[in-house]
Amino acid sequence: MTPTTSISQDVPESELPIQVRGLRTSFGEHVIHDGLDLDVVSGEIMGIVGGSGTGKSVLLNTILGLNTPDAGIVKLFGCDIHDAAQRRTAENRIGVLFQNGALFSALTVQENVEAPMIEHTSLPKDFVAALAAFKLRLVGLPDEAGAKQPSELSGGMRKRAGIARAIALDPPLLFLDEPTAGLDPMAAEEFDQLICALRDSLGLTIFMVTHDLDSLHAVCDRVAVLADKKVIACASVPELERSDHPWIQKYFNGPRGRAAKATANESAK
Amino acid sequence: MTMFDNDDRSNTSSDNAPSFTFKDKVLALAGEWTATRLGNVPDALAAAVRDHDGAISLDLEQLGSIDTAGVFAVARVLPEDELVKVVTVGRDFDRMADLVRPALQYSRPEAPKPRFVNALFQSIGKGVVETANEAYRGQTFAGRLVLSIGRTIRHPRRLRATPLVAIMGQAGLSAIPIVALMTFFIGAVLALVGSNMLQTLGVKIYAVELVGIGILREFGAVVAAILFAGRSASAFAAQLGSMKMNQEIDAMSVMNIDRFEALVIPRVLAALVMLPLLTVVADVGGLVGGLLVSWTLLDIEPTLFLQRLVEAVGPQPFWVGMAKVPLFALAIATTGCRHGMSVGGDVQSLGDRVTRAVVQSIFLIIMFDALFAVLFERLDL
Repeated sequence: MTPTTSISQDVPESELPIQVRGLRTSFGEHVIHDGLDLDVVSGEIMGIVGGSGTGKSVLLNTILGLNTPDAGIVKLFGCDIHDAAQRRTAENRIGVLFQNGALFSALTVQENVEAPMIEHTSLPKDFVAALAAFKLRLVGLPDEAGAKQPSELSGGMRKRAGIARAIALDPPLLFLDEPTAGLDPMAAEEFDQLICALRDSLGLTIFMVTHDLDSLHAVCDRVAVLADKKVIACASVPELERSDHPWIQKYFNGPRGRAAKATANESAK
Repeated sequence: MTMFDNDDRSNTSSDNAPSFTFKDKVLALAGEWTATRLGNVPDALAAAVRDHDGAISLDLEQLGSIDTAGVFAVARVLPEDELVKVVTVGRDFDRMADLVRPALQYSRPEAPKPRFVNALFQSIGKGVVETANEAYRGQTFAGRLVLSIGRTIRHPRRLRATPLVAIMGQAGLSAIPIVALMTFFIGAVLALVGSNMLQTLGVKIYAVELVGIGILREFGAVVAAILFAGRSASAFAAQLGSMKMNQEIDAMSVMNIDRFEALVIPRVLAALVMLPLLTVVADVGGLVGGLLVSWTLLDIEPTLFLQRLVEAVGPQPFWVGMAKVPLFALAIATTGCRHGMSVGGDVQSLGDRVTRAVVQSIFLIIMFDALFAVLFERLDL
């Protein structure tokens, strides 16, 4: 069963790749999060939505350990990510797709995917090259893309290459920052399918920040809504649509929300 | 699959390291077949299976967990058509084998290796074209700069005062301490090195001429300019370069804002105003350094030093030194801005351009200095 609150009490801790408790982040006087709780259950795709300035990116950075919170604890696989010693155990088990791919511009696409493998494994060189080429195929890039420089790729291809690098070491937990932003509707739909396919075939847990309503309908098992400095709701999209919170109402039942819902129903038929 | 609860890499003992046995057409896998633990196992597996013909059965009874790297290692060495006859069906293995299988037909395209002679001529050709392009770009840059300077002179109100003052502060004022300190040491060293020889010749008073002419005519201007190039040519190139990468310069052109007026002119003007001031600071620093060393080592009283400075050195070396400064300033600022504007889309070209901005502007300073030395010699100055 999937829990409908931001804290999943009846799920054992070993099934919670991400646990956030009592998080408080602020920049000077400006408090972004206060007492934020969030659990992500193994194998689910969790979407994060919220208005501009509600701290979606800050939350992502804090969970990744790039940002130190004022208070609260973030555990990935039971390890406190802000504790240097525990951090190392969790580090190799997460993959991240940053918003513009964040590919290393000095390396070719193929070398970008090889980089984490060369850094963290002692696999033979040929094998790494073959495996990296396989990962590029897996995310739907043509074979000739591997030899290109990241600057030669289109935005969509760069994101695919970013995913290939993120899953280079088969991490069980994948973070996506606005994966479909800046893609045309067809490319965005293909990307949604890719995310679902990766989850199904690799058994990934996925945490994605997104604003794409179609994406939310198509791929997310649960969606956490950020407002008032905390997670005000965390449930599946149909459940959220029934919520009476004004912001959630506006978000999911506004004209764009209804259009996305109609599309989702259409494709379900 | 690497479920995190049974795959705690921090305390995995060596007994579940990945291993395999291959006997009677049965390949048995054991341990953790994950990317971080595989090591040389894929090659060993390929070697063991290489000479085998026909179908192979797979025994996954002892297999701990496996990820795509492990499945890939197995799938690529097994015969393609009858890939796997699984003895113990592993759910994760099957699922991932389906994923891996289509990718196996892929063979990495060999990058064509250019032959040595070809490569040589290629790099020569590229070098020639690149140099010609650089020269062309330098010309157009200079032309556009002259045009916009002319326009700014005709319409002085178009001059952007705020960035001008800000850049003057960044590039000029904050360089004062380091410039003064550096020429202080150079003046001290000049006096120190000269002191021995002048003392044996009995003309230690000439230390004042040595320091005075050396600092005022050459070192003050050149050291200030080189420091300015190191601090500000790089800063100008990096600022304009990252604006270019961020499409800010594109945004300016579509808004019909002249990027020369907005970005280059304030920097060039700031350099033209601040570098002469920095040179004065450098001159003072150098003279103070020389004065202190002359006083302590050569017993030349400061009053005598200053008197001698006025009488024997006079103002001429100072003006000879200052005459070169505007050209230095122009060279530094335009080189920095030009390279900043030429940054491409990637990080490497940014680093490349910043390096070139500094190296070229220092080269130009030294070259102009040599030309001036010859010129002043001819003019008997």
